[in-house]
Amino acid sequence: MKKLLFTICCGLLLTTSSHAQENVYPAKEYKGLLFITNATVHVGNGQVIEGTTIEVRNGKIDKIGKDIPVPQGDVKVFDVKGKHVYPGLILTNSQLGLVEVPSVRATVDSREIGDLNPSVRSIVAYNTDSKVINTLKSNGILLANVVPLGGLISGSSSVVQLDAWNYEDAAYRMENAIHFRMPSLINRPNPFAAFMGIVPQTDPLKRGMEQIAEVKAFFRQAQAYANTSKPHSTNLKYASVKGLFNKSQKLFVHCDIVKEMLVAVDFVKEFGMDVVIVGGSESYQIAPLLKANNIAVILNQPHSLPTMQDDDVDQPYKTAAALQKAGVLFAINDEDGQTRGRNLPFNAGTAAAYGLTKEQALQAITLNAATILGVGDRTGSIEVGKDANIVVSEGDILDMRTSLVTHAFIQGRHVDLTDKHKQLYERYKQKYAK
Amino acid sequence: MRRQTLFHHGRRLTSLLGGLLLASLVHAQPTFPVNGIAEERQSTYAFTNATIVTSEKTTLTPATLVVKDGRITAVGTNVPVPKEAMVIDCKGKFIYPSFIDIYSDYGMPVVERQQRGFNFNAPAQLTSNQKGPYGWNQAIKSDVSASTIFVADDSKAKGLRDLGFGTVLTHQKDGIARGTGSIVTLANEKENKVILKDRASAHYSFNKGSSTQSYPGSLMGAIALLRQTYIDSKWYQKNQDKEGLNLSLRSWNDNQPLPQVFEANDKWNALRADKIGDEFGVQYIIKAGGNEYQRISDMAASKAAFILPLNFPQAMDVDDPNDARFVSLSDMKHWELAPTNAAAFEKANIPFCITTADLRDTKQFMAALRKAIEHGLSETKALEALTKTPATLLGLYGEVGSLDAGKLANFIITSGPVFAEKTTIFQNWIQGEKYVLNESGWDAAAGQYTINLNSDKGTTKYLLDVKNNSSAQVLDKDTLPARFSFDGKMVRISFPESKQSKKNIRLSGARIGDEWHGSGEDANGNKVLWMASLTKAATTKEDSAKKKSLPQLTTVTYPFNGYGWEKAPAREPILIRNATVWTNEKEGRLEGADVMVKNGKITAIGKGLADGGATIVDGTGKHLTAGIIDEHSHIAAASINEGGQSVTSEVRIADNLNPDDINIYRQLSGGVTSSHILHGSANTIGGQTQLIKLRWGANAEDLKFANWDPFIKFALGENVKRSGASQNNRFPDSRMGVEEVLMDAFTRALDYDNAVKAASSSAKGKKSVATDPWTVVRRDLELDALAEIINKKRFITCHSYVQSEITAAMRVGEKFGFTFNTFTHILEGYKVADKMKDHGASVSTFSDWWNYKMEVVDAIPYNATLMHQVGLNVAINSDDAEMARRLNQEAAKSVKYGGMSEEDALKMVTLNPAKMLHVDDRVGSIRVGKDADLVLWSDNPLSIYAKAEKTIVDGIVYFDREKDKELRAKIVDERSRLVQKMMGEKKAGMPSRPAEASMELMHTCSDHYHNHGLLVVDADEINGNN
Repeated sequence: MKKLLFTICCGLLLTTSSHAQENVYPAKEYKGLLFITNATVHVGNGQVIEGTTIEVRNGKIDKIGKDIPVPQGDVKVFDVKGKHVYPGLILTNSQLGLVEVPSVRATVDSREIGDLNPSVRSIVAYNTDSKVINTLKSNGILLANVVPLGGLISGSSSVVQLDAWNYEDAAYRMENAIHFRMPSLINRPNPFAAFMGIVPQTDPLKRGMEQIAEVKAFFRQAQAYANTSKPHSTNLKYASVKGLFNKSQKLFVHCDIVKEMLVAVDFVKEFGMDVVIVGGSESYQIAPLLKANNIAVILNQPHSLPTMQDDDVDQPYKTAAALQKAGVLFAINDEDGQTRGRNLPFNAGTAAAYGLTKEQALQAITLNAATILGVGDRTGSIEVGKDANIVVSEGDILDMRTSLVTHAFIQGRHVDLTDKHKQLYERYKQKYAK
Repeated sequence: MRRQTLFHHGRRLTSLLGGLLLASLVHAQPTFPVNGIAEERQSTYAFTNATIVTSEKTTLTPATLVVKDGRITAVGTNVPVPKEAMVIDCKGKFIYPSFIDIYSDYGMPVVERQQRGFNFNAPAQLTSNQKGPYGWNQAIKSDVSASTIFVADDSKAKGLRDLGFGTVLTHQKDGIARGTGSIVTLANEKENKVILKDRASAHYSFNKGSSTQSYPGSLMGAIALLRQTYIDSKWYQKNQDKEGLNLSLRSWNDNQPLPQVFEANDKWNALRADKIGDEFGVQYIIKAGGNEYQRISDMAASKAAFILPLNFPQAMDVDDPNDARFVSLSDMKHWELAPTNAAAFEKANIPFCITTADLRDTKQFMAALRKAIEHGLSETKALEALTKTPATLLGLYGEVGSLDAGKLANFIITSGPVFAEKTTIFQNWIQGEKYVLNESGWDAAAGQYTINLNSDKGTTKYLLDVKNNSSAQVLDKDTLPARFSFDGKMVRISFPESKQSKKNIRLSGARIGDEWHGSGEDANGNKVLWMASLTKAATTKEDSAKKKSLPQLTTVTYPFNGYGWEKAPAREPILIRNATVWTNEKEGRLEGADVMVKNGKITAIGKGLADGGATIVDGTGKHLTAGIIDEHSHIAAASINEGGQSVTSEVRIADNLNPDDINIYRQLSGGVTSSHILHGSANTIGGQTQLIKLRWGANAEDLKFANWDPFIKFALGENVKRSGASQNNRFPDSRMGVEEVLMDAFTRALDYDNAVKAASSSAKGKKSVATDPWTVVRRDLELDALAEIINKKRFITCHSYVQSEITAAMRVGEKFGFTFNTFTHILEGYKVADKMKDHGASVSTFSDWWNYKMEVVDAIPYNATLMHQVGLNVAINSDDAEMARRLNQEAAKSVKYGGMSEEDALKMVTLNPAKMLHVDDRVGSIRVGKDADLVLWSDNPLSIYAKAEKTIVDGIVYFDREKDKELRAKIVDERSRLVQKMMGEKKAGMPSRPAEASMELMHTCSDHYHNHGLLVVDADEINGNN
């Protein structure tokens, strides 16, 4: 058999023969050996290894080192001299595959009716044929946590890999977390009421505290249920959160302000749950407290405006550095509804401009993200034994000036980086070709 | 509902009857029959020995005031008391003219406001619900006449009388034009008698009030409506035959000679109102909101008289730091400085009145006024603001406002100087009738009395030291505490027999002549008779309003928040040395170059330039670029969308700029120096846009980019056909209709333009003579703007997405001979780039937004590159206050998506938008002679790692990272001081309210899937425009 050497062309487009996403196929399973040579490897744990070879066997990283021989025969070899190799980037909080066009109701499958829906599962609505998915892959995002919205307890998320025929293929880790959407504890004047000059009937803070009590009561009952070996009737809701009490699942608490985060700490204390704060725009104010309670944070959107007009104009850019300094485990996310998540590396890049090192910023969208999502043992870094979820970029992936993803591998499969946008680009280049 | 109505009628009937009875007793009206025996009272009063403050300027003492039949007949120190007069001895008392409140709705019916505007799915109300021969817009209520709806209401009148008011100007506070106000007294008389002037004023505001009509749905719409109504009413005077009877316009015209009062309620609104007035030759009296001290020189420049409320915010409960966190420094500063508002007006020599309007609790009026006095308002000015100024403004100083012979007998009698804390207002006389407020202190008992206790055992004497009417002690060997009360007539005293005794002597009596006489029991229960007489009068202390030293206060900054300037920034020469200079000119990128800035312009570019005394900025390792120009922005405006109609070319963003928007500062921190503020996309032909320079701290006028070709915003597609609403009754509902809206509007505009041109000159013999067209043609602000487009004097930036609508729009333009200057958003522009090039349009787009609605499912990040390759002038814009801070990075994405050169990429946010906005002669590149709008970056400006270190506009450094650090430290200090001060007030028992988060209003183009944070209110959510 012939050794396949993939020469990497400098152009963007590897596969441009097809003009409809329907022709972009998920890559076939690859059981053989695969080598990425002459790589500058950004491990994902802070380290950078220059001029090294990565050996992938049966979809997993088998060896990393300078002196790994590349055998002759039926192997794939990618010489990436001068390029940068990264772990696949991970989007930690998104509605990818649940929402196609947010303004068109029929294409939205992200939110259920009711306050307490822990048994609702996002994975079953995940649409692998969403046109958005391939545009993320093109920027190096290979895994995503698909999260339901709505209510107080929205349901469970699942981690998916972004090169799949259907949701069962895509599932990387099912039901990794239950999502609690904390009611707002800001005394925020109701804009409608204020406009109308109406005094609100209910105190939003009081209402919020009542709802939190309601959620707590639910967990107490669920805990009792989990401790009962043979409950006399089955309760789907209680059963669905069983994993929270033995830490096989995490509780993702969506909240931003200090008071809300303190309630999240209280959940750790009372139920001993593995708690992750999602949002956490104010987390820099209590970073040591979060560290002390082993609470991780997903920063939803560093590309944000400061909360207050008095705040440092760059506060959202600097929050990651504050968490890093305090030793809090955190990930950076991109939840922008207009760009649909593809600017994840640039959100991390901004954090690097404002206090993180580039490798720390990378870690926030790779290894830290994987750890927080409960898949850190399988992905998030380029280390022996992990899945070969790998991205190759022409230059620094965190800077749009140089971030050009040329190759991506998911579980060792060399995936097609074509997407709808590249196809339309090609189509109209044809139109204007002289 | 019905029951309520009945109840209402019932109550009105009762009060009416009450009024009738009283009127027949006191002031019978010749035309009214009397039920009973006629009793006409003729009353003459003489108030003697008083300290009479006849006006803010004159105090007479001891003086006499003579009142006859409701009017003052004489006042002075040597005034003889008429024989027929009832004499009232006012020794030790003060008499003032009673106060005038020029901004009241006393006696006006309650206006029922309907729920409106918040249901996204609710259909639009395109015509007025007011039935009858009125105008087209329900918010123009110029036909309302206060005198026809005024119903005297003594319970409300009493509340005002108790504060010392005698006269108010009342009107119905509802609508944009509110009709006329009436001057009424607060006498408990029939309406016929209390109305001093039925048509006394005309009233306006920016608030459409109870109008349910969709238009206007924005501040700039309200302004446009006012302007158009001024024009229409003038036209109507000569063209009634064309219009038919229009009572709204007729009343509007009838109301013009009256004093014109505008409710602005805010510093910027005051200037906006004044500007309308300037255009139509009206000087409004402006009702303020309380924050005008923040721009007092602008207030003075308006030349308006103001009406000031005393609605000072209460301290917030900031004990909890996590709650206090969300209260802005700006709100805290306003809490501290609001009481200085009146003093600021006085200092700036601006005439003003003071009103009770807007107070949470009217009873707090005097306390609030004293607070204003403590904060620097002089007592003289306070009195003038409550008497002479309002009377003069209303042309009524001949009747009220001072105590002079011939004026109405409207005055108050007080125990001391009227603004002093311990002063009591005893009586309020209105139209010669007495209203008792609190007479308990009229006969002050203070002094030393000898009590003679007569019993069978003989006479015992005690010395009673009376402090005031409710406190006294007995001076014996020991001082014995006494329980004492005197109400001016009856007296009660009890005190222990001796210091050791628990038994009390108890006395009860009455004032008889100058003495007290009565009966009682001694300590053992034996009956006694007693009398007491004054042996030593109390020494009266001078009790004027407390002259506290002015408290330590925060400074006014421009704008009024933590990042504002204490004084306007200076412009000094700057030399940037040894930077990588991106010229955007044929010289390209210069390494190690110097750029000299003088008088706001770039004066030299080169190597080793002499410093010439300029401030040196070391640019080593740094990059210097032209300032970023955002072609599509919605910051710094009070309203953005006027969606009440499909064509609203009459509205202007320029009418409602908001210089306080913190996003100006935030965007300076991202290197933005100019922003094109666009109308939203709620309708096909939106409003006129405004290009601004980010001169942080300037007022609205000074923000404007001078000498700039005017533009207008158009929009196509989903937003204008209201695809987000489940039902739509506003034409258009499809892209077919959108095109027809354009066709129809320009067809009308062309006919209009031809008519105006024809009417502008008339042939006289062989010569054509210029004439005023507006006597023949009705001037239409909407069509004016469209005719400007046809005449190439105004240019379009058109929100557009899909290829069909882009092409259709261009074809409409071509039919009428104009070009679509800019297509903005233009996410499918790459599909018709060649057509747009042929048409001559520029394009301004997002780098990578897509798939958030149906019309952007084919949006691609290669769009800018493709259009650039076809040869279009391409810009990258923000349409978003957040992304605007990173426009350099958005431009950089075209290097990634399609491989554009770095210099071309940077031009997309600098030179290219300058070209499409017709200002590339002044901004957009680094060239000698251009405006010094520059950004010094820490790194390659296209890199994610680049930070704007200095942002310079017109040669002034408006953002500087070092200065920013200092400001942040200052914010911490200032917040901390104010938090402690608020806590102090709460501790001292002053009223406080819960800490309330300071919200920010944000405008978008209605495409809001971009989250802006915890404290941001999306304006479209409120207006229901999306």
